[in-house]
Amino acid sequence: MRLVRAGRIVADQYVRVLDDAPIPEGVPVIVPAARFLADAEEILRREASTGVLWPNNRRIAELAPHLDRLALVALEFPNFKDGRGYSQARLLREQYGFHGELRATGNVLRDQFLFLFRAGFDAFEVVKDADAAVFAESVARYSVFYQPAGDRRIPALRARLQHPRTFATCERV
Amino acid sequence: MTSPLQQKLRITGPVVVTANRLGDGAVIYRTDGGQWSTRLEQAAVVTTAAAATTLLAGATADDITAVGAYVAPVRQDADGALQPGNLREAIRHAGPTIALPGVI
Amino acid sequence: MYLYDDLDRTLVTERAAEFRDQVARRLSGELTEDEFKPLRLMNGIYLQLHAYMLRIAIPYGSLSSDQMRTLAHVARRYDRNYGHFTTRQNIQFNWIKLAELPDAMDDLARAGLHGMQTSGNCVRNITTDQWAGVAPDEIEDPRVWAEILRQHLTLHPEFSFLPRKFKIAVTAAAHDRAAIRVHDIGLRLHRNGAGEVGFEVVVGGGLGRTPFIGKTIKPFLPKRDVLSYVEAVLRTYNQFGRRDNIYKARIKILVHDLGAEAFAKEVDAEWQPIKDGPLALDPAVVAAVAGHFRYPGYETLSDNPPELAKARASDRRFGTWFANSVTNHKAPGYAIVTLSLKPEGGPPGDATAEQMDAIADLADRYSFGEIRVGHEQNLVLPHVAQRDLPAVWRALEALGLATPNIGLVSDIIACPGLDYCSLANTRSIPVAQELTRRFRDLDLAQSLGRLHINISGCINACGHHHVGHIGLLGVEKNGEEVFQVTIGGQADENAVLGTLIGPAVPYAQVADVVEDIVEAYLELRTRPDEIFLETVKRVGVEPFRERVYATR
Repeated sequence: MRLVRAGRIVADQYVRVLDDAPIPEGVPVIVPAARFLADAEEILRREASTGVLWPNNRRIAELAPHLDRLALVALEFPNFKDGRGYSQARLLREQYGFHGELRATGNVLRDQFLFLFRAGFDAFEVVKDADAAVFAESVARYSVFYQPAGDRRIPALRARLQHPRTFATCERV
Repeated sequence: MTSPLQQKLRITGPVVVTANRLGDGAVIYRTDGGQWSTRLEQAAVVTTAAAATTLLAGATADDITAVGAYVAPVRQDADGALQPGNLREAIRHAGPTIALPGVI
Repeated sequence: MYLYDDLDRTLVTERAAEFRDQVARRLSGELTEDEFKPLRLMNGIYLQLHAYMLRIAIPYGSLSSDQMRTLAHVARRYDRNYGHFTTRQNIQFNWIKLAELPDAMDDLARAGLHGMQTSGNCVRNITTDQWAGVAPDEIEDPRVWAEILRQHLTLHPEFSFLPRKFKIAVTAAAHDRAAIRVHDIGLRLHRNGAGEVGFEVVVGGGLGRTPFIGKTIKPFLPKRDVLSYVEAVLRTYNQFGRRDNIYKARIKILVHDLGAEAFAKEVDAEWQPIKDGPLALDPAVVAAVAGHFRYPGYETLSDNPPELAKARASDRRFGTWFANSVTNHKAPGYAIVTLSLKPEGGPPGDATAEQMDAIADLADRYSFGEIRVGHEQNLVLPHVAQRDLPAVWRALEALGLATPNIGLVSDIIACPGLDYCSLANTRSIPVAQELTRRFRDLDLAQSLGRLHINISGCINACGHHHVGHIGLLGVEKNGEEVFQVTIGGQADENAVLGTLIGPAVPYAQVADVVEDIVEAYLELRTRPDEIFLETVKRVGVEPFRERVYATR
């Protein structure tokens, strides 16, 4: 597994805490959701950064009260075909205004990078090294986006209003 | 016919392993030598669940040649030649039962 | 016709380039089939019995003549010289090679065509009726809204991995020719009491294993809100649709399990925070999309010009075709012409490359370069001047596209079935072919009136059998092909599912059974113009059951 942030492979500062293990002091940690919620106030008194691993079958609303004190939220893709994390990510970014690290974990593969990126993820635990190496290239594959999303690129519907477009001709085959 | 891909391996007669060729989707059959052939007569025929499982495992692992391998029934006709064992396999083997429109 | 601009074209080209890379990585083994399959599905590529199948999107059924020529080219260069038009206004090619697909995609992209999202667990081709923009009973052109939604939902980062496929249909006419009530979302443009135009939103319709008629969750939604509201429905579905069982993963199951009211509340909770955000459609944005649609410069013409009147008076066969295949156009002096892809003995919905090229030429000459694809698997020339109808008819006759059976018993809708499809239990095309032979007598077909036969080779219902006046569903029993027969289904604004008439019948007897049903109808109807559907409603299923099973 490689962690990709800002288009590059980086070392992971965060320590994953397992369900019953003690939470280490002085290092950034990612705590599983149930464990976190059971003890949120206590855990958030830590000085080092705290993150939560949130499952894709729980509403983000449950996490909302703590977002302003969380440095990181990790969302899960148990299988790359399970797209619930994309909605969770957009809700976190666009409705709850979460500004911390939003990390995609689980079955994270190259052909979903751009979707993940546009949904608001900025950190990716990538399964295959080869995929991690081409992250920057993958998210640059497209220059046109039809719809607005968390990445603040100008969608085509708006771009058309900014200046008139040229019409494409159909090339006869 | 229920998609064979969902079947548990219950062997009640001779079977082969069949799939589609990755590059062009052609129907292929697993041979004794661990290769693939478009010709049914070259298919490896097995008669036990254990043998079918082994044959299928090898076929499935060959992900770069073949897609969607599964176990399919065959039968022997009066001359001892291998024939497809049900309508679905007959159609896969011989093509659609209808004339194709584009034939000039 | 919607004209692509450089933004639209760039997206399609970038998509084709990405797909070329994905195919290369699959062929090299870098991607396993498990990783590759959703990617190829999102470009419309299935693996079927004999080969790959490519499904190309024809957005809301609108095609230019040049695009039709490109489809003919694909048929010739990459396939076996023919294509199949589907019940969702797309086209399918059945013999495509994966290794050649990147080249085919590039050729298609140059014509603004693609296979994006014609398969996979994403939003599929948004359909409307084939007379959109020209039917007299429309309040406005629904294709503008289909296009706005199409763009919004293409490569949408949040909705590309839904629990299951998602199908949207739009209508703007009093008579629903787009079957919106059997779609995941159906949108009906209409005028409310105050004279404003907006959408009725129907959710959770669908056929297949568990058919449902959709529920109205929003009787009137202002146009401004349609994007945000559809987004809210999809966000609700993406989060809460079932992912544990593919047979229970469609939105219709979620709507059914929650109940329409509770479901509507969930949608509303998702909608409120976003309804006034960037998805609120201001008129300038709508106008920009509408402005990309080119409408014909109709001449000022009169109805029933001399050329037409003369042909009707003197040529009985022309008159028959005119009465059957030509419908009223909103512009005086023009007509909508339906091309039958249901010749006697032919596979329903298929066209050869030669026919496609010829249709493109006819469209250029007589229909302002535009063609439509209907979900009944026929084609339409939507802008024909009435004075040109005799010439058009002669040309169509020569091409085998003028069988005057539109909407009649031999205008059969059928899925590809076991001859092609790996999901099928039975064949369906040969059944359709046999039925067209049994009912080859056009006078008989005419006298039977409107009668829709729908054939599906499996429970996935791609032939829409549930909503056929007569529906045939192929089932496997002990290795044999058998068919369940339903009658009385309807797909329009009075949508209702057909009723099973009795035990399944063997393949060899299906055509006989349909003949028995038709004979029973002829005896039971009280007037020649009481159509089959009305007779079934009046007398019920029992008399038909008796007739069919008396000797079986």
